[in-house]
Amino acid sequence: MTTANNLVQGLLLGGLYALFATGLSLMFGVMRLVNLAHGDFAILAAFLALVAVDGTGVHPLLTLAVVVPAMFVLGYLLQRGVLNRTVGGDGLAPVLVTFGLSIILQNLLLELFSADSRGLDAGAVEDTSLALGRLNVGWFPLLTLLTGAAVLAGLQLLLARTRLGRALRATSDDPEAAQLVGIDHRHAFAVATGLALATVAIAGIFLGIRTTFSPALGPTRLIFAFEAVIIGGLGSLWGTLAGGMVLGVAQTLGAQVSPGWGVLTGHLVFLAVLAFRPSGLFGKPVTT
Amino acid sequence: MTTLDPDRADPTQLDGAASGAAAGPPGRVEVERATMASRAGAVVALVALVVLATAPLWARTSVLRTLIGFLTLLALASMWNLLAGYAGLVSIGQQAYIGIGAYGLYWLSDSAGLDPFASVPLAALMAAVLSVPIAVLAFRLRGGYFAIGTWVIAEALRLLIANTTQLGGGSGVTITAVSGYDRQTRLYLTYWLAFAVGVGAVALTYLLLRRRLGLALTANRDSETGARSLGVDVYRVKLVVYVVAAFGCALAGAVIYLNLLRIQPDAAFSVNWSAFMIFIVVIGGVGTIEGPIVGAVLFFVVQETLAQYGSWYLILLGLIAVAVALRARHGLWGLVAERTGISLFPVRRRLKLPAPPAAGGSR
Repeated sequence: MTTANNLVQGLLLGGLYALFATGLSLMFGVMRLVNLAHGDFAILAAFLALVAVDGTGVHPLLTLAVVVPAMFVLGYLLQRGVLNRTVGGDGLAPVLVTFGLSIILQNLLLELFSADSRGLDAGAVEDTSLALGRLNVGWFPLLTLLTGAAVLAGLQLLLARTRLGRALRATSDDPEAAQLVGIDHRHAFAVATGLALATVAIAGIFLGIRTTFSPALGPTRLIFAFEAVIIGGLGSLWGTLAGGMVLGVAQTLGAQVSPGWGVLTGHLVFLAVLAFRPSGLFGKPVTT
Repeated sequence: MTTLDPDRADPTQLDGAASGAAAGPPGRVEVERATMASRAGAVVALVALVVLATAPLWARTSVLRTLIGFLTLLALASMWNLLAGYAGLVSIGQQAYIGIGAYGLYWLSDSAGLDPFASVPLAALMAAVLSVPIAVLAFRLRGGYFAIGTWVIAEALRLLIANTTQLGGGSGVTITAVSGYDRQTRLYLTYWLAFAVGVGAVALTYLLLRRRLGLALTANRDSETGARSLGVDVYRVKLVVYVVAAFGCALAGAVIYLNLLRIQPDAAFSVNWSAFMIFIVVIGGVGTIEGPIVGAVLFFVVQETLAQYGSWYLILLGLIAVAVALRARHGLWGLVAERTGISLFPVRRRLKLPAPPAAGGSR
């Protein structure tokens, strides 16, 4: 029974990982840029929510209304001001610049908020659960999974149906041709980064409610997001959700065997996928 | 002497030199490698080498310990420069090999009973062997995803060791095998090992780049497709560099922990090692042999100056590195070299053509 329960917990955890991974996947899809500071932006969002809660006493979920748009603007400006200079070229600059940003953000948060673990208190929603037979499904993890699915569906719709989505897809396929038909690729890139940081802000706030967080937590979040993307398969949004679930299940089942083996089991599953199915479980096979 | 555009080796020029009489102008065509500046640089370097090599004769213990830190960091930075600057492999997981070197040293000396100093190169060999299957996995990823992939592998190794009670688990181990040596001998031997590793890493980079491999790497850096079409086995070249860098980082890691003696998985496999390597190389000059030296000196100065202000030195170095990565691709050394034409380690081949018979371009 514990195993069945852990299986469900792992699947629900996958929803949170998908929320983390969506933005990473989007930025890579649109401009082949891997943002190594992605996890640190999630933690930044969690701290922004903490400041808002401490300052005004509102419910942490309400801070989404402020923090998510703020992170969108930050992402837009970051891309326009800094990252657009790194796109194209030899591929060294994006990695170096985003890694530098990651170290800067981590240490700034450390200086501002200390290394203590903090949490966002969401009250009753954190503790209540739904009894399905003998399974206990927490409301909050369920809400996280639904939010993750909604964000993915929303993004899918945006990319497939809107003018903005067409511009993003066109820029992804061929930035120069997109420019020829009047798409400003710098703006399109900036919108993509804005959306990426908006989604990772949701992830950060949900993380802060679910568990505690500290300035040094960003890199592990980046790694989980990356593992979800690769396990699911590059370029597949729903694959990312499935990849997150595989990772979540691996971690909870691994931790059930031995507490120290949770995260490690996730890494091993990722490495196994890389060894035996490098295009991911749901991705299109790639050559090279 | 030709002008110094970024150091690009042009293979076609070489062919011209080899079959000079057929295609080139009449008269002797010489391939020149050393320059005036590089000869002057060699003298300065020689003096610095003598000063460093004799440090145990003139330096206090604390200075020696600082120099061990500096020299091992220089070795790590040189290895990262070889990976990223020359082979295009941007790894943020080299701490994997620092950890393997450290734990290999513990295992060989404390568990297997070998001499601790002899264990250092053996631990590095172990890391080199392990790096081959790791490379096969990591090479399936490219660019930024390769970077995170190497990081995940380092994390997996950290957690594996933290879960192995024989290797001390999460709380780590202490190397006790060195107790057979008295303090002074131990410090001197460790220092000279660090000296050999630091200087050796720079020399190795220089020698590798002067060889065929260097040409293959430069060709690959400038255009992978072009290199392939010239018959360069790109995969093999990258694999060789990856294994060499794993060996070098493990060697440095083993020396670092021969100095510290206390190994903890969180510290030995910390991503901060990668941050140090990256900041040093990017600020000093990625893809130049001098860059890691310049960067390591600057890193040490900033770290020591801002030591009492917590982690602000990392924020400052991060900001400088981001600015340099955006504005000056070949770092501080690149700026110096562009303006002055100085090259301490000439790896380029320049053609010295005889004076043209009549008016015309000089080259």
